[in-house]
Amino acid sequence: MAEFRVCPDSGFYFHKSAESLMKVNAVVGIVALLVAGLLALGVVLTRWQEVHWLPADTFYMVLTGHGINALIFWIIFFEMAILYFASSTLLRCRLATPRWGWAGFFLMIIGAVMNNVAVFSGQSSVMMTSYVPMQAEPHFYLGLILFAVGALIQVFVFFGTLVVAQQEKTYEGSVPLVTFGAITAAIIAVFTIASGAIILIPTFLWSIGYVSHIDAEMYRIIWWGMGHSSQQINVAAHVAVWYLIAGVLFGARPMSEKVSRFAFLLYILFLQLASAHHILVDPGISTEWKIFNTSYAMYLAVLASMIHGLTVPGSIEVAQRKKGLTKGLFEWLRKAPWANPVFSSMFIALVTFGFIGGITGVVMGTEQINLIIHNTIYVPAHFHATVVTGTTLTFMGLTYLLIPVLFRRETFLPWMAKLQPYVFGGGMTILILFMLGAGTMGVARRHWDMDFAGAAMAFEYPAIAYTMMAIGAIGGLLAIAGGAMYLIVAVGSLLFGKKLEPSAGILESFAGKPLQASAYNVSKPEFLPMAPKLEEEHDDGKFEAPGTFGLAMLLLVTFVVYYFINWKYLASVWPLG
Amino acid sequence: MTSFMPPADKHWWKVPVGRQELIWIAIALIWCIIMFLMMPLWHVYGKQNLSTEAYQTTPAKFGAKVEEMIGKYKVGEESGMPVVAPPVGSDVYMLGRLWQWYPILKLKKNQEYRLHLSSMDWQHGWSLQPDNINLQIVPGYDMVLKITPDKSGEYSVICNEYCGIGHHTMVGKIYVED
Repeated sequence: MAEFRVCPDSGFYFHKSAESLMKVNAVVGIVALLVAGLLALGVVLTRWQEVHWLPADTFYMVLTGHGINALIFWIIFFEMAILYFASSTLLRCRLATPRWGWAGFFLMIIGAVMNNVAVFSGQSSVMMTSYVPMQAEPHFYLGLILFAVGALIQVFVFFGTLVVAQQEKTYEGSVPLVTFGAITAAIIAVFTIASGAIILIPTFLWSIGYVSHIDAEMYRIIWWGMGHSSQQINVAAHVAVWYLIAGVLFGARPMSEKVSRFAFLLYILFLQLASAHHILVDPGISTEWKIFNTSYAMYLAVLASMIHGLTVPGSIEVAQRKKGLTKGLFEWLRKAPWANPVFSSMFIALVTFGFIGGITGVVMGTEQINLIIHNTIYVPAHFHATVVTGTTLTFMGLTYLLIPVLFRRETFLPWMAKLQPYVFGGGMTILILFMLGAGTMGVARRHWDMDFAGAAMAFEYPAIAYTMMAIGAIGGLLAIAGGAMYLIVAVGSLLFGKKLEPSAGILESFAGKPLQASAYNVSKPEFLPMAPKLEEEHDDGKFEAPGTFGLAMLLLVTFVVYYFINWKYLASVWPLG
Repeated sequence: MTSFMPPADKHWWKVPVGRQELIWIAIALIWCIIMFLMMPLWHVYGKQNLSTEAYQTTPAKFGAKVEEMIGKYKVGEESGMPVVAPPVGSDVYMLGRLWQWYPILKLKKNQEYRLHLSSMDWQHGWSLQPDNINLQIVPGYDMVLKITPDKSGEYSVICNEYCGIGHHTMVGKIYVED
């Protein structure tokens, strides 16, 4: 029986059950993003001190829900779709154990709903980190545990699919680079979920009275084994998507398979150590442990990201130059398809992730510099540059690719899709830059009132801190508008987008139902051969991508200058030891 | 296109790497090593390094030490909170609880003190303003650090670890006198 279809536009093969799971995971992820985005409005309009919209209890509830829905539910659901795509679709292979995939998916939904119910009941405003001994309701933890188990099941369906592809010999040679990146993400996910289980299960038991005491410091160390590593899943996943988009849009080849794969391997080996980033100013942690872990052994995971930072745009440059865009250093970039939201999303993500997210992350993760940054609003500024303009914007770009390819719909309101990455990326960048500034002025994160109303003793931030928070908030509103545009385009395409292929009913895309039976006319996809060889294997010592090299050097200079500015700033505070 | 197809060369790991990538990897690696070395170097030459001295404690034990210090060195009261001026070089205590940093400290400029910090209940964030020094205060742990206030004036300690509905009212004080 024919269970596959081949997308006439892209040539990708979709296995029916993998396709359905991709659709439902992506759609539910987008619903979580909708929730997170609505809550973001509450956060932004409250932290804008002149507006100061929500009362304290609602603010903390909204902030908790925003963090969990955006950082965990939206991103991980969407990543499940990416895993199916990187295995079944890219390897042209049937999905292993689809029923287990569905079981994992439903478990994730149950967990996500349960956790949200706990948060919105108002009794679990413990922030995403739920630091003990502050206690949430039991179903807050249970929801997260079920969600994680569901995710783990889907990750293993991914691994199973890789095995099927290998056994049934659906491809020649080694797995594609994108799949390799997805494997990296999946391996880190297993580590992450294991850390989560080690700490959340006892914490759940504590919340129902079966465990009397959880050590607060131990909780922090192990929780961050999950909390930080889960962000590393995102890094690996969105870098894999960057390579995919470069390949699909430009026909780009990785500059070197060896280098790119080696960089992914460095992620697997070293990224998890970053749990230390959150423990740098905690009591009693040894200096050696902090230095080794916070620097990923010796910044080897940073090295990996710097490598991808060169090889992803570099591969695009090489492909563009081959098409004749060889004038000067940057013709290839100027004449890139900036009106195509798939490309603009990906490229804005690449630049903001590297220049802002990467650099601030290394700076604040430096053992001593963390003293002047820990728990200030600099921290959320940093991670909005990594997981929002980095991961989220990348996934938005991928969505624009998936609407025709996976959902077989035309994009709804293409002009809006065209603008969306700029509005979202631009607004978010404003938010990030001004929150970074406010953080260096000492403005606290997770804090309801910059005026400290009701405190027995007064403290005032400098006026400039208020201005920065206000400008940041305006950027935040712009980003929320950009998020809304994404949702309108994505949901609108599924509802009203012109069908590229006949299908059954209006809600079918949301429910993950397949297209009409006639679309599935391939019983066995064509064998996936190795990529065609290049005609001239040239290595005459010339730089293949000089423009990218220039950008990389700009990144390095920015990095070095900003890094030492922060040491200088550190040197000005009270000596302590 | 090879990003989503198997590598063109079956033995892709034997394909030589281009010069441009090698140079970038070398530059990036050198920068990584410099950043790595900066941390131990700052322990030798820098003045802002967090001590690793800490003891397990309980709220009761730590609270008793705070009260003992207040009993000995109290010099006044402000907003209902004791102001304490402990001797130079001594053990100085400050506790965090819902929602106070307690007590107010009066220190001498350019003198070293052994500051003990702990929490009576949940986790708190000890954030000294406007210098912007931030520490995580964890219940059950007595964190000890040597501090040398090098500027005189009035400092505020705010809380920057979320600790419930009154989090924003948690403001403490440290005076540094010439």
